[in-house]
Parts: sequence; structure tokens; C-alpha cells
Amino acid sequence: MSLYERFRDLVKREVPVALATVIEGPGVGAKLMVSRENETEVVEGSLGHPELDRVVARDTAGELEAGRTGVRHYGPEGQATPEDLIDTPTVSVFIESFSPPPQMWIFGAVDFTAALGRVAKVLGYRVTVCDAREIFATKRRFPMADEVVVSWPSPMFENRGHTLGPRDAVCILTHDPKFDVPAVQGALASKVGYIGVMGSRKTHAKRLERLAEVGVNDPTDMARLMSPIGLDLGGRTPEETAVAICAEIIARRTGHSATSLRDTSGSIHS
Amino acid sequence: MREIIDDIDRWRAAGKSVAVARVVKIEGSGPRDPGAAMAVNQDGEVAGSVSGGCVEGAVVSEALAIIADGGPGRMVSFGYSDDEAFAVGLTCGGTIRLFIEPLEW
Repeated sequence: MSLYERFRDLVKREVPVALATVIEGPGVGAKLMVSRENETEVVEGSLGHPELDRVVARDTAGELEAGRTGVRHYGPEGQATPEDLIDTPTVSVFIESFSPPPQMWIFGAVDFTAALGRVAKVLGYRVTVCDAREIFATKRRFPMADEVVVSWPSPMFENRGHTLGPRDAVCILTHDPKFDVPAVQGALASKVGYIGVMGSRKTHAKRLERLAEVGVNDPTDMARLMSPIGLDLGGRTPEETAVAICAEIIARRTGHSATSLRDTSGSIHS
Repeated sequence: MREIIDDIDRWRAAGKSVAVARVVKIEGSGPRDPGAAMAVNQDGEVAGSVSGGCVEGAVVSEALAIIADGGPGRMVSFGYSDDEAFAVGLTCGGTIRLFIEPLEW
């Protein structure tokens, strides 16, 4: 099996992997790959010198851990400060990290769920739909979802909440307190980056009362809740609402203001 | 590159030669981040993209040349700082640096 075929299989199985390629200097095109599966780090391939391999493997593992992609420069024998080497060609290495796609968990098997699932797939999320009602939570109703889980929110978070991180999103669309409250509790106990909860301002106020009744009222926690959910785009349909939610997720991640670029100044792509 | 793997596999299964272009660096304003990838097969079929459509045509020509040469990969730059700026500049004014290589690894 070639290195490319190994790489392809790891990416398809959603195993974190980083690929280092010599893009300038001796050995252009040479590759080294670092993957991390079941807590074990595997290094494959070679850039042509054992010391260069050792140093680049170390740096590539670091970039993979951080999910970063970029170019690094070395001496031909792995020297980390190639600018000090006179008359020696520098090796430029492009290190690219392939992290598994971010997750979006959508609670509530409603019309908005299907629209949100579709938009989330366009953005590259791994979409999980979760609802306790077996007749609604079906793969047939949500063909775009990577997974449809029939479960109450609490066991879902107890079993898998630890897999959620800053890049991930939880969207609670149920409007039903007996489902919303445990879903919010579970999401707050995780490290998920975005928690959106659907409902009018009135519903949100009532929900806050119910959460307080079960002891969920820490101001730092409450500040994590995006409710009512989504940017104020004025849309009405499930699809328009899905765009408003996803746009809010992007804006929260980037820390940008979500106003029209025409009305702001400064760099667009930073 | 994740999103172009299925196309690459289909082409390889059909016995086609493939080259892959990846964005490795962006200076100034650029439409796609490092890692954005585009694959080209020997027939000029394309999967993926590396910019907002500004340089794709030129990348296809380079990729086809690399497939025909059979040589190693090479760096290619596009942007306002280039002589080619008027031919294939980025509309946003940045410089894009790509590594294009045959898929033979």
C-alpha cells in the first residue's frame, strides 16, 4: 500500500493525520506522515535524512495536535535555524493537518432540524440528530445526517459529551422543557464551542427559570447560551433560519461582528 | 484535500495520471487558506479549488505540464507582485503560493 493510500484511508476513517511535504530544497516532493490513533502516534515516510525526519516528525506531531497548517524551514540535516547555515540549501516543508470534521449535534427532530442539517453539511460538519421519540428520529426523515440517535439528552452527553470541543456546536431546537433543560445542562458540562437554543424571548425567559430551578444559573454558564438562536437576518423559513444559525456559529468562532463588510473597515480575511 | 479524495480515487481506478495543487501560503488578502486543494487528471478534469476562481485556469495548465513532464512537484505563485499579474492575478490583491505535484506517492 502506498503512502497516499494509507493517507486516504486514515482521512476517510477520520483519524487525525498530518502530512509533511518538502516543497523547496533538496528532495522536493518527499513526504512524512504522522497519525494518531488510539493514543498511539505513527510516523511513516521519509524526507531523506534521519535527523531531518526526527525533527520534522516532532514538529508535525505538534502541528497536528494544534490543528495547524503552514510552512517551516530546516537545514538539510534537520537544523532548526537554517538562516545560520551559510551556503547550505534550505529545506522548506509544508505541514498540513487533517483533523476530523467538527461535530454538530442537533436536538429535536423537527422541520428546522432537516434544514439546519443540510446547511451544516455544506459547511463540513459531521451532523448528529438526537431525539427521544423513535417515530420522529429516523434516518429516512434526516437523510443528510451522519447519524440519527434515539436518546434522551442526558445519556447522550454522559456517553459522548467528552468528544465535543471548541470547534463543535450543539443546537437545541426542541422548545420542550423536558428535553431542553437536560440538553442545556449536558452542553454546559461539555467543552463545546457553540450552544444555541431555539425559542422566542418569552420561551427563553421561561427556560432560564426552569434551569435555575435545577441549579443551573451560573452567569458564566448562562453567557455561553445563544438564545434566541441565530443572527437577526429577519428570515422566516426553516432554511433561512438554518443560515442565520450557521452564520452566528461562524461569527462566534471568528469573533467578527457579522455586519455588512460595506459598513466596516480593515482586513477582510483576518 | 479531504473533499477531493473520492474524485482522485475514481480517476486512479480508471488508470489516469493525477496532479494535486495545494495552497501553501497566502500573503495579503486571499480567498482560500493554506491546505485548499485542487486535483487535475491527464484529461484536464478538475476537482476542488484553490482560489475564488481567479487562478484555477492557470493551475490546470501547470498541472497538465507536470503530468506531461513526469518531473517532481514545483512551487507556483500568483499575485500582484508577479509579472503575470494582469493575466491571472487574484482579484483581492493578495499573493497565493501553491505547490503542484504529481500524485505518485
